[in-house]
Amino acid sequence: MNTVTLTVKQQPEIILEADCITPDSFAGKTAAEIEKLPVYQGKQNCTLGDYFKVAGKAGSTPAETQIIVNGDCSRVKYIGMKMSAGEVVVNSSTDMYTGGWMKGGKLVVNGNVHSFCGLGMEGGEFIINGNAGNFLGASYRGDWRGMQGGLIRVKGNVGSDIGTFMNGGEMIIEGNADIHIATHAEGGRIVIKGNVNRRIGGQMVKGEVIVFGTVNVMMPGFHYNQDVELTVDGVTAMFQEYNGDLGERHPKRKGEPVYGKLYLKK
Amino acid sequence: MPKVVTDVTCPFCGTLCDDLEITVSDDNKKILSVKNACAIGAEKFNHTKEPGRVTHPRMRQPDGTFKEISYDEAIDFTARMLVKSRKTLMYGWASTSCQAMSIGHEIAEKVGGIVDNCATVCHGSSLIAIQDVGIPSCTLGEIKNRADRVIFWGCNPAHAHPRHMSRYSIFPRGFFTVKGHKGRKIYCVDCRHTDTARVADTFIQVQQGYDYELLNAFRTAARGGPLPDEIGGVPKEKVYEVVEELKTGRFGVIFFGMGLTHTLGRNHNIDIAISFTRDMNEFTKFNIIAMRGHWNVTGSGQVLSWQYGFPYAVDLSRLDKARYQTGETTSVDLLTRNEVEACFYIATDPGAHFPIAAMISSSKKPTVTIDPHINCTTEISDVHIPVAMVGVETGGCAYRMDNVPIETRKVVDPPEGLLTDEEVLTRILNRVNQLMEEA
Repeated sequence: MNTVTLTVKQQPEIILEADCITPDSFAGKTAAEIEKLPVYQGKQNCTLGDYFKVAGKAGSTPAETQIIVNGDCSRVKYIGMKMSAGEVVVNSSTDMYTGGWMKGGKLVVNGNVHSFCGLGMEGGEFIINGNAGNFLGASYRGDWRGMQGGLIRVKGNVGSDIGTFMNGGEMIIEGNADIHIATHAEGGRIVIKGNVNRRIGGQMVKGEVIVFGTVNVMMPGFHYNQDVELTVDGVTAMFQEYNGDLGERHPKRKGEPVYGKLYLKK
Repeated sequence: MPKVVTDVTCPFCGTLCDDLEITVSDDNKKILSVKNACAIGAEKFNHTKEPGRVTHPRMRQPDGTFKEISYDEAIDFTARMLVKSRKTLMYGWASTSCQAMSIGHEIAEKVGGIVDNCATVCHGSSLIAIQDVGIPSCTLGEIKNRADRVIFWGCNPAHAHPRHMSRYSIFPRGFFTVKGHKGRKIYCVDCRHTDTARVADTFIQVQQGYDYELLNAFRTAARGGPLPDEIGGVPKEKVYEVVEELKTGRFGVIFFGMGLTHTLGRNHNIDIAISFTRDMNEFTKFNIIAMRGHWNVTGSGQVLSWQYGFPYAVDLSRLDKARYQTGETTSVDLLTRNEVEACFYIATDPGAHFPIAAMISSSKKPTVTIDPHINCTTEISDVHIPVAMVGVETGGCAYRMDNVPIETRKVVDPPEGLLTDEEVLTRILNRVNQLMEEA
């Protein structure tokens, strides 16, 4: 695997839209060619080389390309967007849409990410070694397809609206979460090791939410079913199983309705 | 001799009452009296008589005072600012005509602006919910003629839309509602006992921030599911009772306002209210309508959706495509995150409504405001361009809260020399074209 190292040499004056920082765009290119890739500041067209120092050479395919980004990227949007293979490591916090519509490969952010990250993710692995903002693994506005596959792991806390319209994949949050978890979900699994504020599984059709900590307010549409023993992320424990959202439509399998599941650790 | 102009449309709130009668002096310069309007609507017309109206564009001087300049100078300043800025916020539009908006959008396309209207701090969350789950809706005329179950959820038309209840939702006798308010059951859901709650048959006092949970309980009850004993301070028996009453109606409607759009969860509250409306259509005919605020904010959503596919916060900064993301391309976020280089405000007063941090950020950028009056925003602008009041001194198309287009009328002449929004925007567009050709 070949490595391309990007180092921030100049901070953007407003905000930088750099959807080209993916193994897919870099594959088969030399450092000089990568420097010429387009980035945007509002209506101004710039090149990646205006803001980043590029070193190394990309592999011939995305899968053989690793990108390491150094320097403060907290005003850079779209890093790793739509990447299908390879690896991106960002040693900084990043702005919106990091890992949006990601299809494969591995994206590691050694910092915090802002909102709308992992939006509509289809596959791959997205590791956030910090906190995440709102709408993690959710759908784009008006879209009915949130996170569909892959894995998102957050070491810290997350904001609200995570996993909205989620219908596949797994999200593991090691910290706390705010409101609206897995709203409208039709599948997938969200594990929250910390506490949740409110509104888990509102309008949820199918899918699973597993909470290790406390929940401030339960949704009235969730009804206690039974106690079950589960092994989650290597931890085996007893959980209370709730069915819901009873206010929402539910498909039937073998004549029995399929509910969304909420598990609260006992 | 004074003359009476009839069937005037009121340019104040989203109800767009179109039965006003205005008496105007024979020289067509002064409004003498206003009939049929509510107190707020009448004040809008009477405002034209107030002394101290600004009639020339003004530019801020280094010492902070304003100096009168010509329209040409103001337009040149605006065009240069728009062409130079890499990302411009073009906010407002809610109190002008659809024709003016369309010219403004052409400017935004040219200069890569971000067009946002005051839905961004109002019913924007409703529009997100509509995108997510659709909306079963109807016109206000249908409410007047058919509705027998009317719910006001988190809104207070008694104060915000004063003639809404008498024209459409509670009191009028319609084709199938011959008994007027006696034939209707009125519900009010709010965290406070408002003046609208006083005219309701049933008042449900929900704890603040529990609307989503309560609507979830309504949906669960409609499907006959079990409920906890109390939801947001409302006993479960009350929820079952109200849902049964709603099911027995012939035609129901939910009106909702800021109590849903700007409390915890925002768009999700509307989303679940729409989903509840959809559920109720299993049993009877049910609709939901947003109580839109500014008289033509709906129009701005209509024109933007028609031209770009998104109802507000449309980012045209990539020039060749329209993008939209609430939380990213919305005015308050753009300002607080310092993502724009210049601000262009028209026909709305963000200075009075935006968070302080957003306006502090705005005050540090080149700013132009187009507005008939002096307001909080003009005072932090570099240039203020006064214009004729749309709906009073010039006509134009507007959309009512139920998305019905209604033409507003010119009632009096504007003060001499004052241009309209359309004229100012056309001249800015021409100047922008000229500057871009020169470049």
